[in-house]
Amino acid sequence: MAVARFWRENEPRYNLTGAKCGNCGRLYFPPRTVCPVCHRKSIGKMGPFKLQGTGEVITFSVVHDAPSQFELQKPYVIAIIQMDEGIRVTGQVIDCDPAEVNIGMKVQAVIRRLGEEGASGIIYYGYKFMPLTPPAAPRPPE
Amino acid sequence: MREVAIIGIGDTKFGELWDMSFRQLGIQAGLAAVADANLTSEEIDALYVGNMSAGKYIEQEHIGALIADYSGMARDHIPATRVEAAGASGGLAFRQGYIAVASGMHDIVVVGGAEKMTDVGDVLSGEIQATAADQQWETTFGATFPALHAMIARRHMFKYGTTREQLASVAVKNHKHGSLNPKAQFQKEIKLDAVIKAAPVAEPLGMFDCAPVSDGAAAVVLCPLERARKYTDTPVKVLGSGQASDTLALAHRKSITQFDATSIAARQAFKQAGIAASDVQIAEVHYNFTISEILAIEDLGFFPKGTGGKATQDGLTSLGAKLAVNTSGGLKARGDPMGATGIAQVVELVTQLRGEAGKRQVSGAERALAQNVGGTGATVVVNILGRVN
Repeated sequence: MAVARFWRENEPRYNLTGAKCGNCGRLYFPPRTVCPVCHRKSIGKMGPFKLQGTGEVITFSVVHDAPSQFELQKPYVIAIIQMDEGIRVTGQVIDCDPAEVNIGMKVQAVIRRLGEEGASGIIYYGYKFMPLTPPAAPRPPE
Repeated sequence: MREVAIIGIGDTKFGELWDMSFRQLGIQAGLAAVADANLTSEEIDALYVGNMSAGKYIEQEHIGALIADYSGMARDHIPATRVEAAGASGGLAFRQGYIAVASGMHDIVVVGGAEKMTDVGDVLSGEIQATAADQQWETTFGATFPALHAMIARRHMFKYGTTREQLASVAVKNHKHGSLNPKAQFQKEIKLDAVIKAAPVAEPLGMFDCAPVSDGAAAVVLCPLERARKYTDTPVKVLGSGQASDTLALAHRKSITQFDATSIAARQAFKQAGIAASDVQIAEVHYNFTISEILAIEDLGFFPKGTGGKATQDGLTSLGAKLAVNTSGGLKARGDPMGATGIAQVVELVTQLRGEAGKRQVSGAERALAQNVGGTGATVVVNILGRVN
């Protein structure tokens, strides 16, 4: 991908900056230009809104067949996180054993290396999630 | 709007077809459909081609003109349009062709779907499939296409108590159906235990929960119903068609355990057809993962929400039941060449409604439904077909 493609999304990807609709107050991540509820009334009124970065896992998967970019990380955990502000974000859960991840687990966003454009290309960074508190017992086998 | 009939069908075998190119596949299916309809190519008014990603799979865009040209129609200069909605490209192309005939804009329309996936390696193929998801906010962070479906599955298990065995029973049932389909990519039955113990792809889904990489093509011919008897003794009528969209990213849905776009497209199609879900005897649903079929049969209204896994386990979607789901074997056993899949569903339903499905024939089937999904439910097309008596 082109360098500019990552660069122009740095703000939301580094800082979890979404958008707040100035008309109805609803929050969105990633930022949107138009509020799907207010439609035209929201145009020009979508302001930046920074998420706190805390939330809980509502579902997840342990990925074994990985794209080339993530080959060295497998098996890794990808999850949908319900942020405390009520909106959902897709990201990895790291710094714990995949067997410890559970629905309901509290997590905190951290900035990490997401990938790189080959051996000499740019490195790009963004959010991942780590456990907020030490996890309890491993989940039972499925 | 005019009533529309399907008067011809054609398809290729699905699988790793090393000796066949993209254009050979498309043309083989198209010519078979035209021959089945007893047409001459001069009679064709327009062509629609469903294709997800020839630009990435074979580095070729401009698929509409390509297929028209190599089908021998360049000198006729017919309008040829490529239609893309990821995995729903075929179903959407069918709907575009249907609208073109129903509106009176065209009389004889050929709708094809084709994909050549094995000219790239497995890893790249998976990455191309994942472009159906949100590249900026899902796949960049490590979400693969199977992983997104695995997250749907995990939440469905959590919310409704769906079990691993129930997921696996979808694959077992469909492989059994596929074993009766001479055009299926996999024609062997599999055991429940083998599904559960297969190598994990994205937990809780394993290899037998996921549709394969496939080459293949399928095509149908449409015309106004009032002219259909000129071409065939067994026309099949399009009773209803619906289409809906949703957020591109799975995380942004109200619920991640249902596809609202399926329910909405189905409601449109059922309303137009003037029938209810209980009036359908055969359904080809978008079973790219085991969980997808469970969602589909719930969201289409065949079974109450949360009970799709149990219904499958209890045999309520198998051949011989009141409703037979994926008699072709579905995407996992029949094969899933992305752009061809939605058309292949229609081909299977027409074959069934004509009574030509051989060992997998559903006797006395009158009405059939196809559900074709793009991405994780961001596009859904539902088409309902019926016998003409």
